[in-house]
Amino acid sequence: MSGLALLEFSRGPALWLSLAVLAAGSLWRIAGILRLGARPDLSEPRGTRLFAGAMRGVLARMVPHAAMRRATGLASWNAYLYHAGLAVLVLGYRPHIEFIRRLTGLAWPALPEPVVFVFVGCVFVPLFLALLMRLDDPVRRLLSGFDDYFSWIVVMLPMFTGMAVISLSYADGAPAAVPPYPLPVALHLLSVELLFVWLPFGKLAHTFLVFASRGVTGAALARKGAAL
Amino acid sequence: MADVPAKLAVSESARAVLDAAKAPDASVAAREFVAQVDRDAAFQLEACVHCGQCAQACHFYQAGGDPRYTPVYKLRPMLHAFRREAAPFASLRRLLGLAPAAPRERELHEWSELLYDSCNLCGRCTLACPMGIDIAALVRRAREGMAAGGFAPRDHYQAAERALETGSPIGVRWPALRRQIELQEEETGLPVPVDAEGAEYMVVLSSIEIMGYPEGIGALAKIFRQAGASWTLPSAGFEATNIGVQIGSRAIAAELVSRIVAAAERLRVQCVVSPECGHAYSALRWEGPNLIGRRYGFEVVQIDELLERFVREGRLRLAGRDARRLTFHDPCQLVRRGGLAGPTHRLMRAVSANCVEMPDAGAASYCCGGGGGVSAIHRAEELRFAAFAAKKRQIEATGAEALVTSCSNCRNVLEEAIDHDGMTLPVLGLAELVAQHLATAEAGK
Repeated sequence: MSGLALLEFSRGPALWLSLAVLAAGSLWRIAGILRLGARPDLSEPRGTRLFAGAMRGVLARMVPHAAMRRATGLASWNAYLYHAGLAVLVLGYRPHIEFIRRLTGLAWPALPEPVVFVFVGCVFVPLFLALLMRLDDPVRRLLSGFDDYFSWIVVMLPMFTGMAVISLSYADGAPAAVPPYPLPVALHLLSVELLFVWLPFGKLAHTFLVFASRGVTGAALARKGAAL
Repeated sequence: MADVPAKLAVSESARAVLDAAKAPDASVAAREFVAQVDRDAAFQLEACVHCGQCAQACHFYQAGGDPRYTPVYKLRPMLHAFRREAAPFASLRRLLGLAPAAPRERELHEWSELLYDSCNLCGRCTLACPMGIDIAALVRRAREGMAAGGFAPRDHYQAAERALETGSPIGVRWPALRRQIELQEEETGLPVPVDAEGAEYMVVLSSIEIMGYPEGIGALAKIFRQAGASWTLPSAGFEATNIGVQIGSRAIAAELVSRIVAAAERLRVQCVVSPECGHAYSALRWEGPNLIGRRYGFEVVQIDELLERFVREGRLRLAGRDARRLTFHDPCQLVRRGGLAGPTHRLMRAVSANCVEMPDAGAASYCCGGGGGVSAIHRAEELRFAAFAAKKRQIEATGAEALVTSCSNCRNVLEEAIDHDGMTLPVLGLAELVAQHLATAEAGK
């Protein structure tokens, strides 16, 4: 298969198939949890603003509790960096915005390339550090399994393949329909599609599960008037 | 007074849990693990990213750095059972041979130490989890599987059997309580009402209080007298502690709660007062209605919460404050998990002129090390003393002359640990301290 044919495949059937798996898998996972149901809590609530409690739960856990900051500082800052970096790369880089525009029709102004390149570093370095901490720390090593390491690879692959196409970037205007070197672009797209396919099945699903988890805990603790 | 038979009736479902200890069965445990994971628990179990931050919050992990004491790791058998049988994609995992193995007997015996000896259900890990996973609540659920399968500590099964058959986990029966009541009536010169129908408040007690700190009964008589509130102790259903929530058995917990509910309904009281005992409050206030499957027809209030209310309403007048340098130990189930941080700390400041808060006081305070049933496990004693190091650092940072708390189990555990570590620090009960500072002359006797 030529580079061009692979690009067409990655832009066409592979992309739509991966998006279908992402959507169906995510919905399946959420539905599979919702179907378990929950018993009503018959105790007299101390607090009744449960939705506010859930929202507080979602927001409060974005910052480590003051008493825990000393012990978890490096890991927390590291996680902030790569999450923020990934968000900037996905949403601020012009080729990605173009990609989203083609898919959804939505677009917004891109960040200057030098800013984006700084954030490339903010993803690479912390993700490597996260892997080192996982391998080095007895606690994280004990907790880790295939999902942890495979998910790391699946997140890193688009970063590596993306670096290979970064020189094909353009200062302004829409990307050419056929890039001069189609193979690296095709590989980058395929690596992203692998991420889409894997996301609903492993720990990367925390992308959406985190809100539910924080929310139910926030609501339950608000009901008791307990510490969040 | 209610007739108290030599052995109380025990339901078949509660008896079945006791019998499980005689022939542990991993498949029963696995089934119960799966049954325990409802929607909210599943959202939490599925959200874990294995960051390990919960370890840093746990005093058992801090004590020796053993990674097995990482709170979320303790959930592994329940997580595996759930992922194998009921989680999303479970059937796909089984089809592809990727499902985790079902929990085995040997594994569950090992996990008995992790889920019981090294967990106080204190919830400090819950506070630390960036994914918002209520790990303590999940450990509570996991214990249901362990208890049903016969893998809970032997001490817990024995305490549960005593609680079910005698009404108390340490075998305290009505005659023993009656004797303590009589002694306190002599001591204070105040009557202690028993089985008074239509009283406003029915007070329940913990066995530790009855046998270890009986002066608390006299303190109650003084307090209710000054507050002008009618109150009573029940001769049956007086035990507030609930080994069922500690061992992790809804059947046992329901039976024990239902005895208190029956007493409250028999005496037609408006309010049941939970004593200075963290898990008793949690069992009665939060779990109780769900255990018996209906709402109560009465209010449940913790004694220090009630005292603070009395003080705020002017029904209790305090004279003078303790001048010693005091610090307050936050019982986890009352403060961090029970929503009583405000009332307990306000009450503490009302009776102490020189109260020094510990570092991270309130929500992030460390457990005494004995909560969640750990103090009842003999094999866990050394581990509990080691875990006390975190609490000890907090206490020593205050330079306090005495420690005050609002849980008699904490008090007992702290006294033991303080003695074990060669410290010299008296531990006081908050309600008792309030009773010592009542304004009226006769109450101060």
